[in-house]
Amino acid sequence: MTHELSHLDALEAEAIHIMREVAAELERPVLLFSGGKDSIVLLRLAEKAFRPARFPFPVMHVDTGHNFPEVIAFRDRLVDAIGERLIVASVQESIDRGRAVEESGPRASRNRLQTVTLLDAIEEHGFDAAFGGARRDEERARAKERIFSFRDDFGQWDPKAQRPELWQLYNGRVRKGEHVRVFPISNWTELDVWQYIERERLELPPIYFAHEREVFARDGMLYAASEFVELIDGEEVFTESVRYRTVGDMTCTGAVASTAATLEEVVAEIAATDLTERGQTRADDRVTEAAMEDRKREGYF
Amino acid sequence: MSILHESNGNASADQRIAETELLRFATAGSVDDGKSTLIGRLLHDAKSILADQLAHVKETSERRGDGELNLALLTDGLRAEREQGITIDVAYRSFQTDKRRFIIADCPGHEQYTRNMVTGASTADLALVLVDARNGLVRQSRRHAAISALLRTPHLVVAVNKMDLVDYDQAVFDAIVEDFRTWSAGLEFAEATFVPISALKGDNVVEPSTNMEWYDGPTLLHHLETVEIAGDKNLEDWRFPVQWVVRPQNDERHHDYRGYAGQIAAGVLTPGEQVVVLPSGRTTRLAGIDTLDGPLQEAFPPQSVTLLLEDDLDVSRGDLIARAGEASPPTVARELAATVCWMSDVPLKPGGRYALKHTTRAVRAVVDDVDWHLDVETLAREQNSHGLALNEIGHVRLRLSAPLVFDPYARNRETGSFILIDEASNDTVGAGLIAAPSA
Repeated sequence: MTHELSHLDALEAEAIHIMREVAAELERPVLLFSGGKDSIVLLRLAEKAFRPARFPFPVMHVDTGHNFPEVIAFRDRLVDAIGERLIVASVQESIDRGRAVEESGPRASRNRLQTVTLLDAIEEHGFDAAFGGARRDEERARAKERIFSFRDDFGQWDPKAQRPELWQLYNGRVRKGEHVRVFPISNWTELDVWQYIERERLELPPIYFAHEREVFARDGMLYAASEFVELIDGEEVFTESVRYRTVGDMTCTGAVASTAATLEEVVAEIAATDLTERGQTRADDRVTEAAMEDRKREGYF
Repeated sequence: MSILHESNGNASADQRIAETELLRFATAGSVDDGKSTLIGRLLHDAKSILADQLAHVKETSERRGDGELNLALLTDGLRAEREQGITIDVAYRSFQTDKRRFIIADCPGHEQYTRNMVTGASTADLALVLVDARNGLVRQSRRHAAISALLRTPHLVVAVNKMDLVDYDQAVFDAIVEDFRTWSAGLEFAEATFVPISALKGDNVVEPSTNMEWYDGPTLLHHLETVEIAGDKNLEDWRFPVQWVVRPQNDERHHDYRGYAGQIAAGVLTPGEQVVVLPSGRTTRLAGIDTLDGPLQEAFPPQSVTLLLEDDLDVSRGDLIARAGEASPPTVARELAATVCWMSDVPLKPGGRYALKHTTRAVRAVVDDVDWHLDVETLAREQNSHGLALNEIGHVRLRLSAPLVFDPYARNRETGSFILIDEASNDTVGAGLIAAPSA
């Protein structure tokens, strides 16, 4: 009998270990949940790490107010089904309180404003660790980030002052006001995530599967027509069979034309695609070459 | 509602992408030795680079006048790196082929070299040492091989790169192999393989080279896909550091549930066996191995599981569960000797105090003495009178505030390693490999 783990089992074991370390060593962790596939995987990993007990931390969603309604409905059902506590931090509230200023124009997005709401919520609740579903394969700046990513008083990431990570020995020590972002699925790829979802039979929000939607084309991507987006002259709304590869705001998340309606069909499409997830669907990374790096330094997820 | 997604059951098994084995390997090198080009070549030829990434690299290559496609740009992560053409920190990259899933720890070599190489090697199954065919075995290659041996990375590949620049000459390759074998006679590797390549031209990286008919070994990728790693784990001892106690409260169904969660560091655990909880030394029986997916009949490293014990003992985080009556039981002690790699600008000195994290236990440690330090290229011991400076590796004796339960690093990487933390800055300042007890 051989004693080998498959790559998914090895990645899962690593992620469970990371979550338990955080629960044991930090006082007030929180799990950041977006309703997207990566954070759905995080919830399953938390179940694997802590059941039959409840999670030793709450789940928090930073709600921009521009989310897909299907995703919000899914979020509420899922958190309720697993019996955990949900905190919603609202970007609208940050705007109302004057902490953040709404962008204007046809390309307006609340993407950047999330950082203000997130950092305020971390401070308000006194969280010293926040789990996120970021992966190193998403983007080049991520490849350099540690699994335990230390943030200073201002929530900033300093790529030159990262703690070395040796063996499975993580150093999560923080002072008051500081926190660590922890990425248990750092080493997973998009395909790993989809394979895991398929294997674990995880339910996803319906927008991940092909559906008819009113969309318009901009910058070579398809965007959902919604009350949050102004059309630019010449842009027309049409109906197309699409699915989403990532879930962000309706204003900056592109859809891909697809007829893949089941998990198996989506996994087959992902395995055969020749475009990266962010390159194909995220306007927020296209602005400058170092877009993600800049946002991370400011305290983005 | 159910959180399960109901499959329609139409997909046949062969349409699924198979789960494969995970191999972690570490590379190290400086700007000029072709490391970034090699990694770019591996990712590119293994078809792990997608069209938009490639388009971006092409565009940047042309803008910078690098020629048609500078594969090294695929791995430059941060703006400062792109501007200065350097690499700042260890980067982790994934790719996969039909045969295996790979994680590369890509360690820069110019600055902080020892710290980065030690970090990359600590989790690696295999070290990929690059040698420039024109220069032979230089400091950097020797240092990487030596550190990999010290960290007991089980497998070594020496890739002799830039063979295109020496006319694919077999004599050059043979001389480097011979030189390496002579130099490394004292180092311990389970296995070492030598491959002549050109990362720039693609010879022997993924596809066999037509320029080196004299070489009949595997291509680099073929070797990475097939090298046997399942035997590297310690399956003899039982080592289970308790990480987290699972105690459902306010839940009638699980009122008496008490599980000990953790990741298995060694051994094939099976319920029914007699176990000992250390450091207390109390014994009981392993009643079961629990997971969310149900109980297991056996579990092995690196699985994360929850153990159920027959008796209600006082077990908490930091304890270690081993099999009772083992031939090589772990050591329980309040002092230890270790090889320490120092990672801080502030030197380690006798009398220094640090927090020490070992498995799931944290204690305080005082440095009693620094016996010697190593020449990192030869692993020769040198007399020490100054402590350990940044990037130095030396033999240190520590006294501990509470007992640790450990093994020699040579026997178990997980229970034989620790980190030292500066309690003022909270930085990780040292990496320790516990020595075997001196005879």
